[in-house]
Amino acid sequence: MSNIERLKDSGHDPDGDTVWTEQTSWLDRVPRAVQMLFVFAVFVLIWDMVTRLGLVSPIILPNPAETAVDLVFVGKNLLTGGYMLTALWITLQEVFYGFLLAIAIGFSLGVIVGETAFGERAIMPYLVAIDTMPKVAFAPLFVAWLGFDIDSKVALAAFIATFPIVVGTAAGLHAADSNSRNLFKTMGASRWQTLIKMKLPMALPQVFTGLKIASVGVMAGAITGEFLGGGKGFGELIRTAASQLNTPRVFSLILYLSLVGMGLFTLVAWAQRRVVFWQKDRVMAGAE
Amino acid sequence: MIPAAAKVTPDAERAVPVYELRNVGKTYARNAITALEGVSLTLTKGSFSAVIGSSGCGKSTLLKIMSGLIPPSAGRVVLQGRPVRGARRDIGMMFQQATLFPWRTTLENIVLPIEIRDGKAAAKAAQTQARALLDLVGLKGFENTYPSELSGGMAQRASICRMLITEPAVLLLDEPFSALDELTRDFMNMELQRICSSRGATAFLVTHSIQEAVILSDVVYVMKPRPGRIADVVTIDLPRPRTLDMMTTPKFGALVEHIRSLLDKEAFK
Repeated sequence: MSNIERLKDSGHDPDGDTVWTEQTSWLDRVPRAVQMLFVFAVFVLIWDMVTRLGLVSPIILPNPAETAVDLVFVGKNLLTGGYMLTALWITLQEVFYGFLLAIAIGFSLGVIVGETAFGERAIMPYLVAIDTMPKVAFAPLFVAWLGFDIDSKVALAAFIATFPIVVGTAAGLHAADSNSRNLFKTMGASRWQTLIKMKLPMALPQVFTGLKIASVGVMAGAITGEFLGGGKGFGELIRTAASQLNTPRVFSLILYLSLVGMGLFTLVAWAQRRVVFWQKDRVMAGAE
Repeated sequence: MIPAAAKVTPDAERAVPVYELRNVGKTYARNAITALEGVSLTLTKGSFSAVIGSSGCGKSTLLKIMSGLIPPSAGRVVLQGRPVRGARRDIGMMFQQATLFPWRTTLENIVLPIEIRDGKAAAKAAQTQARALLDLVGLKGFENTYPSELSGGMAQRASICRMLITEPAVLLLDEPFSALDELTRDFMNMELQRICSSRGATAFLVTHSIQEAVILSDVVYVMKPRPGRIADVVTIDLPRPRTLDMMTTPKFGALVEHIRSLLDKEAFK
């Protein structure tokens, strides 16, 4: 209202400054944290209503209070180094080795496919073919080959996470513009020099996009591996809790697991900011 | 560096041919297109030449052959007495885009050609020279700045330094300032003239702009397409150093008009 009045006032005085404020919604002026908290509160409220009204059986959906209590219980167990921490440690190891393996294989394959005509013509079609398969279906194979220990989970995690890194690296190597290529040619650069000093640095933003997608996939791979191949990891805890119809426990375990996933993603995003320091669009949600 | 005085002594210096093309042709076998036919030209030491023509007249092909990026299918291409067969240290190139690499500082970008050819140690040694060049183009104090912090004009100044660091015998300029706004472009053209004359550089410019060709050059080659060939050679006898004020003189206008009439009208509308 006051804005409109001010506009009217300045209308009376033709010599006055034409200063006016753009109208913005009050919702947009609320701090972000408050907005997020608001969404969370609405979510919990609906959840609470659904359980209170008995719309869903408590076995399927526990009420928020129960879940919160269990969340605290699991948190305590983790912090005091209980059996859950041991399980989490196993899963973290699977994720770590799986990611490392995926980076090593994915990056090497990506360079071969992106840099050599042979790789692009002869290897890429096979990679695309394997990538279109439901990779989780390979889990029983990995268990048969590598046993019920963490090896089979590492293999599945790496298997899922490799492809986005291959694609990111290969696509990144094609990102070099013709000017840069011509410049390196006129400088008499060797193929190796062109790769190391120009193509690879230019590929880094896309390599990191691949790494971010892979960081999500590697978690999914490790947990799926545990669901299907047993072991003593966090996935096994979830499976056990679910079979005991301990739904609040399943919920809180998933929540802690998602914290780990977010942590890994943030770590990759942080590494990207450090390594690709010249990239200006520093968007966190750049996973796609 | 060659003192500016050396540039002024005409005939004796000017007569020295640096770059010679004789009957150069280029046919792309795949689609049997003749991109270039019978192109002959001589760049004498310290001269500034421009080639002008509509899109598809073979300018880019000519420049690619002269820079050793692609081989000609006919004719002789000789720089400093040696035939050009691939990349050469004595060729400096500049593109429409500055093509600075964002992970290298301005100084690191400038010594890149040395680093590629002679290794890291030589590049480090060339830093003193690079600083002098930055001073020459008016970028002193931007040694450790990353390219993202440079304006378009500043980035092109840095790419001039990178072109000059190997002390090439010929500078090949591929529409170097056409991505800049008009005010900056006029200014950068004058800077280019100053830099070239202070070093006695032999330069060859590819451009779309008749005005730009006339204000900078001693000789303008007018190219026509299908097949790409040099249709006319226009000598620009405006006094040096050229200034932007010359662009309003009747003589300048007459030269521009003359070149415009030589080009196919429809290509420029």
